[in-house]
Amino acid sequence: MADTPLPLLPQVQVLSKDFAPELESSKDGVETWWITKEELLPLCSVLKNKLPQPFDFLYDLTAIDETRRKNGAPQRQDLTLVYLLRSYARNQDLRLKIALRADLKDAPSLCSVWPCANWYEREVWDLFGIRFDGHPCLRRIMMPSSWQGHPLLKTHPARATEMGPFSLPDEVRDFEQESLRFDPKAWGLKPTGLEDEFMWLNLGPNHPSVHGVFRIMLQLDGEAIRNAIPDIGYHHRGAEKMAERQSWHSYIPYTDRIDYLGGVMNNLPYVMALERLGGIEVPERAKVIRVMMAEIFRILSHLLFYGTFAQDVGALSPIFYMFVDREKLFGIVEAITGARMHPSWFRIGGVANDLPNGWDKMILTWLDEMPKRLRDYDKMVLANRILRKRTVGVGAYDSATAIEWGVTGPGLRATGFDWDLRKARPYSGYEQFEFDVPLAQNGDCYDRCLVRVEEIRQSMRIIRQCVENMPGGPYKADHVLTTPPPKDRTMEDIDTLIPHFLGVSWGPVIPAGEVHSEVEATKGSNAYYVISDGGNMSYRTHIRTPSFPHLQMIPVLAKGQMVADLIATIGSIDFVMADVDR
Amino acid sequence: MNFWYSFLAIVVLVMLLLPTAAMLVWVERRLLGFWQERLGPNRVGPYGILQSLADLIKILFKHDWIPPFADAKVFVAAPLMGALAVMMSYAVVPMAPGWVISDSHIGLLFFLAMTSLAVYSVLLAGWSSNNKYALIGAMRAAAQTISYEVFMGLSLLGVVMLAGSFRLSDIVLAQQEGWFILPQCLGFVLFLIAGIAESHRLPFDLPEAETELTAGFHTEYSGIKFALFFLGEYLGVMLISMMITVLFLGGWLAPFGLEGFIPPIIWFVLKTFVLISFFILLRAALPRPRFDQLLAFGWLWMLPLSLINLLVTAALILGGQ
Repeated sequence: MADTPLPLLPQVQVLSKDFAPELESSKDGVETWWITKEELLPLCSVLKNKLPQPFDFLYDLTAIDETRRKNGAPQRQDLTLVYLLRSYARNQDLRLKIALRADLKDAPSLCSVWPCANWYEREVWDLFGIRFDGHPCLRRIMMPSSWQGHPLLKTHPARATEMGPFSLPDEVRDFEQESLRFDPKAWGLKPTGLEDEFMWLNLGPNHPSVHGVFRIMLQLDGEAIRNAIPDIGYHHRGAEKMAERQSWHSYIPYTDRIDYLGGVMNNLPYVMALERLGGIEVPERAKVIRVMMAEIFRILSHLLFYGTFAQDVGALSPIFYMFVDREKLFGIVEAITGARMHPSWFRIGGVANDLPNGWDKMILTWLDEMPKRLRDYDKMVLANRILRKRTVGVGAYDSATAIEWGVTGPGLRATGFDWDLRKARPYSGYEQFEFDVPLAQNGDCYDRCLVRVEEIRQSMRIIRQCVENMPGGPYKADHVLTTPPPKDRTMEDIDTLIPHFLGVSWGPVIPAGEVHSEVEATKGSNAYYVISDGGNMSYRTHIRTPSFPHLQMIPVLAKGQMVADLIATIGSIDFVMADVDR
Repeated sequence: MNFWYSFLAIVVLVMLLLPTAAMLVWVERRLLGFWQERLGPNRVGPYGILQSLADLIKILFKHDWIPPFADAKVFVAAPLMGALAVMMSYAVVPMAPGWVISDSHIGLLFFLAMTSLAVYSVLLAGWSSNNKYALIGAMRAAAQTISYEVFMGLSLLGVVMLAGSFRLSDIVLAQQEGWFILPQCLGFVLFLIAGIAESHRLPFDLPEAETELTAGFHTEYSGIKFALFFLGEYLGVMLISMMITVLFLGGWLAPFGLEGFIPPIIWFVLKTFVLISFFILLRAALPRPRFDQLLAFGWLWMLPLSLINLLVTAALILGGQ
């Protein structure tokens, strides 16, 4: 990651003379600069616009409440803003940190540099109470507009027992319902004098094709969309807050439910982050098993996408055929992990069990019968002329727009941009597999579907290689932090018994540090930014999900579309609301 | 005497139509299940055959709710109108020799008039619901019906010219030499498409378009009023199938000179059932076009084609004289 031939800081200092950040060496090797908030805007505009091979992508933006942290960088104050920038051309990341005092919680907004900063800044404002000057519409995004306090601050209660008993009197209920009424002014829309010409249509939060609880306010001229304002937060469960009161091990099941179609794919970045912090070397067999299971879940998720996408444009049957395939595949997942959609099966240092007898036959049978069915689906869905008319050229964007708005995964590759984390920065042994990265050119709804369908085939290739070359050996690392720890010697010597007892009852104590760990998930780039303060629980866990920026882009795509186009576009994005709201 | 005979015939017809439409719901769900690699309703009664009865009981006992923001009178009248308009059309459909309530000499025109009336039901339902989704659905229904009605009538004129009559039983009898589906193959396809569009079935279900408009014009309806819309839709499917049978497939006439073996009504029912199954298969097979594409298809392809069909048929008849 950081081993670029060009040292970055001198290059930047050529462009902006007096710039001298304080450096922090991070455990994940990402170059980290502490800067002041005054430096932020000029620096970012240099990084994005002037630097050769620029940092064109704002990967993530979040904050940390530092007030209770014992082991952190000396530069930290009460709050830290964290920006993660990415340069695709350099294949390099850069982390910017700004220390803030509790009485001066504000920073300049980056919306003018990266449009996708908008929602991220709203989230930080909502959850940490940091104001962003110059933000076009800084309002709460996850919590209801009437919420008191900022939940991710350490002073905010996290358990029901820390709060009073819940009650919902009628007047509060009425007030909350009334506050959901859409008011264009509150959303930063300036009156144009043409309001009476158009109709506002409230699409969602409960609507058959918004794939969960997602609300879009549409300004319609007939059926043509003049304006679209997405509203999220209806599926917010506080997963990041929960991470701060679960042991490292017992948080794994929560990760399954972030992208609830991704299953163990969600466990992977989380456990990889912890393994990096703990210095655990995962055995080869565990790595291959992980890759295999992750790819199985990629297929499961893509099949569901394929079917619902067809359904969104009105084809009712494909989803049922694909559910049959998924059903068979879930049978395999169940045989291996004991659960179906949310196995929570990866462990710190490996996986929960070894593979059962006969697992390879089940998978090979499935792999053998699938290609024919996929060809049938191609005929039924991709080759269908009505579907092509509905989706070709609809909801199109180019690579530059995609990067600007933070699009990752198949949505980015559909524009012809060749970037797959599994190839660019292989993790968990992906470098040993042969597979292609499917690309398309037009970046429209049809191409997004096409890329995913081809990814199903590539995942099948990877799974076959896993089956044919599964290494022997242990499925769990022989390391003191592996959870649950290896048990074969616990009853023989006290030095193994004590760590085992602590590891099981308290949970493992992960060494202090910060790690950013990322995977190419089903829907795009999914990352966990895990901070340990040397305890048995996380100090801060931030989950960067792909769907969050994808939804933010909807207004750009929706303008000028018909309502039916918007439905096709939403379907082609492939998101789940749990992945957006966390 | 004649009056009482007709009255009895009407009662019998209604008593037959309503359960048949209800059964059709079950047939459709089972067939869809079969085509979609699943089971469909199979729990209530043998093979789930009583499913519609169970649904009916549920729907009858539901709260008959009228939204407070709706225009109550119109809201109630709309579904009634829809179901009635469709049922009236059955009066002119000859199912076997002499088996028709009113063998009117303008039977075909009456059928077209009644189908046009049905759109008012959708329009009024959407309007009176005072719901934006219902309104958009109603707008779509109005535009779609107008566009497709134009060539629906035109596509039938070839048949009328060949038979020399608007009386439906005359049209059937005129097919003794050969069904009109052969000389009027273009007319057949056009009428089939228009028929699907008129009955708002996929791929022409844009007024409801679940994934876009939740339920379109009947978003606010529930209970028995919703059931009436549902009934109207299935009666509409049956009606269109019967009309295609009458107009293009020789009605009750037996194919391949098989007269005598089987009573005419069986042939009629068989042909109708095949068409209904085809309608259901379409629903299982096709996605939905966009609204403007649908209208463009109607005006730019269907209308010119039906005009050409009309001109060519007329020219051939004139040339043959």
